[in-house]
Amino acid sequence: MLNYIIRRLVMLIPVLLGVSILTFSMIHMIPGDPARSMLGTKANEKALTELREELGLNDPYLVQYGKFLGDLAQGDLGTSFKTKAPVSDELESRLPATIELTLFAMAIAMVVGVLAGVISAVKQYSWFDNLSMTGALFGVSIPIFWLGLMMIWLFSVKLGWLPASGRLSSGVEIEAITHFYLLDSILTLNWSGFADVFKHLLMPGVALATIPMAIIALMTRSSMLEVMNQDYIRTADAKGLATYLVVFQHALKNAFLPVLTVIGLQFGFLLGGAVLTETIFSWPGIGRFVLQSILARDYPVVQSTILVIAVIFVFVNLITDILYKYIDPRISLD
Amino acid sequence: MEQEPILQVENLHTHFFTKSGVVKAVDGVSFDIKPGETLGIVGESGSGKSITAMSIMRLIKDPPGKIVDGRVLFKGENLLEKSKKEMRSIRGNQISMVFQDPMTSLNPVFTVEKQMVETIQTHRKVSKKEAIDRAVELLDLVGIPSARSRLKSYPHEFSGGMRQRVMIALALSCDPEVLIADEPTTALDVTIQAQILELLERLQKELGMAIVMITHDLGVVAEVCDRVMVMYAGKPVEFSEVTELFDHPKHPYTWGLMSSIPQIKNRQDRLEAISGLPPDLRDLPQGCSFAPRCKHAMDKCHEVDPAFREHIPAHHVRCLLYEEKEEVTT
Repeated sequence: MLNYIIRRLVMLIPVLLGVSILTFSMIHMIPGDPARSMLGTKANEKALTELREELGLNDPYLVQYGKFLGDLAQGDLGTSFKTKAPVSDELESRLPATIELTLFAMAIAMVVGVLAGVISAVKQYSWFDNLSMTGALFGVSIPIFWLGLMMIWLFSVKLGWLPASGRLSSGVEIEAITHFYLLDSILTLNWSGFADVFKHLLMPGVALATIPMAIIALMTRSSMLEVMNQDYIRTADAKGLATYLVVFQHALKNAFLPVLTVIGLQFGFLLGGAVLTETIFSWPGIGRFVLQSILARDYPVVQSTILVIAVIFVFVNLITDILYKYIDPRISLD
Repeated sequence: MEQEPILQVENLHTHFFTKSGVVKAVDGVSFDIKPGETLGIVGESGSGKSITAMSIMRLIKDPPGKIVDGRVLFKGENLLEKSKKEMRSIRGNQISMVFQDPMTSLNPVFTVEKQMVETIQTHRKVSKKEAIDRAVELLDLVGIPSARSRLKSYPHEFSGGMRQRVMIALALSCDPEVLIADEPTTALDVTIQAQILELLERLQKELGMAIVMITHDLGVVAEVCDRVMVMYAGKPVEFSEVTELFDHPKHPYTWGLMSSIPQIKNRQDRLEAISGLPPDLRDLPQGCSFAPRCKHAMDKCHEVDPAFREHIPAHHVRCLLYEEKEEVTT
């Protein structure tokens, strides 16, 4: 097992090299000039040239890329053109914001999706099955931005129940320990803060959960239907086991493998920054951050943040693969 | 002294209600079995033998299947009237089952220990440690070497024969009074088949349970059964002591089955097969179901469905050939 993990981590190096080359070339290929976007359209030529020189943009691409890699090797993610702050500082609160939102959304998606899928399979063609599968079809087809806006309109504007944007209401203070506000508010026993964070998480969390939830429900249902017809389920019934044991242990564990694949992939995608959701709900996460940085042609931020996302993606996949082994003992990792 | 039967099946009808019609998978099956006895149920695929077994266990999926008529008396109580919960406490406990394919009948993602312990703890109020000890005892009983260490293994780490031994151990967990073995040797190598049959015979002697042996293999029947019921198209066609059946088979279908067994003494180039195919259970022919394939069919056979009668003591046959002789009017 340890061997396998080490091997996978070594494989991370070429992956990251590839990602860095791709992002570097793509960001430089997009037309646009960081200097001009910083100084505005009315800036004079001289100031622009000076700024370009200062940012190292006049160096050959290879030199620029080399410098980026060199800094990276020393653990330096670079400095933002725009804010002049180190990228690592910028990510310190934004990465936890995205991870917190993703975990929250995936928790909703997994619990609701798996449960709906299992019940739909066990009660195939029942009203519940029809209802949840219609819901799932809507879930995969509804555009997130539309759903998000509708939720804001209903719950914030009309009913005034939930805040429309951000992670915290103004005036609410949470001592940042981990930058995961839910966790921080628990650690500091700040219950009013916890409630405020939770309210802020609810709408973006549900919006973000919609698609994964629908996919997980569909996948769980079809996988469960297949497993419920297997001989070992008949054996479990013939042993006189209670129905919940047959369904949730004997069947679900076998049916879970394809579901896990979907969960792992969706997790990776969401962690990569749910750009739409974060933008609609003004969530201060990395998705919105990368988008803003691309628009500002903030090269160091884009390059480094995408690299960080790639690392997370690879780790999520690694964890998924290890979980496979845990669920199905027939799978060999070596 | 004549023993009371432990299990009696009376006039069992299990039908499947499908879009293309009603499949009469089991259509009037009756038999009984006494403690310590082995009853064979023989027939081709689709003759209703497995469905009979599943009906006794109440494991028929509803929909589409439904037991539409009959009684299944276990120690005098009708299982078809039991609640789901009562049935669960009987399954795997007083009546248990061994299935055909040991490769797929054990759950691949749980250890043998987990699968055995959960069965024992479902039916017996024992601690986990006691359940594990019982599991070791059972694996020893069915001849699995170094039982205690093998408990931690997963099914895929056993060979086919060993898995079937595990299945049998699982079925014996709670000292069942009736063991239903649904083609327990069909998926195994011939040498392993003999071992498993010997094992079942030995266990029956030691534990005194009744065995319902479902098979399509007359060889298996000859080896282990006391009495045998031959089924065709969901109905019993012949029922007698096993020696009587082999010495004096009465039904043309039984003749056909016997002549399709290869004989070493008189080697033939071709085995004699029963011509034609089993009938469509949704649309049975008028008269005797076997008539279209029967070499001895008379005109009447296509019109009248013969009754299942005891033509000679302890030997039931469903065939007009014998009705003619006795001139019984129906």
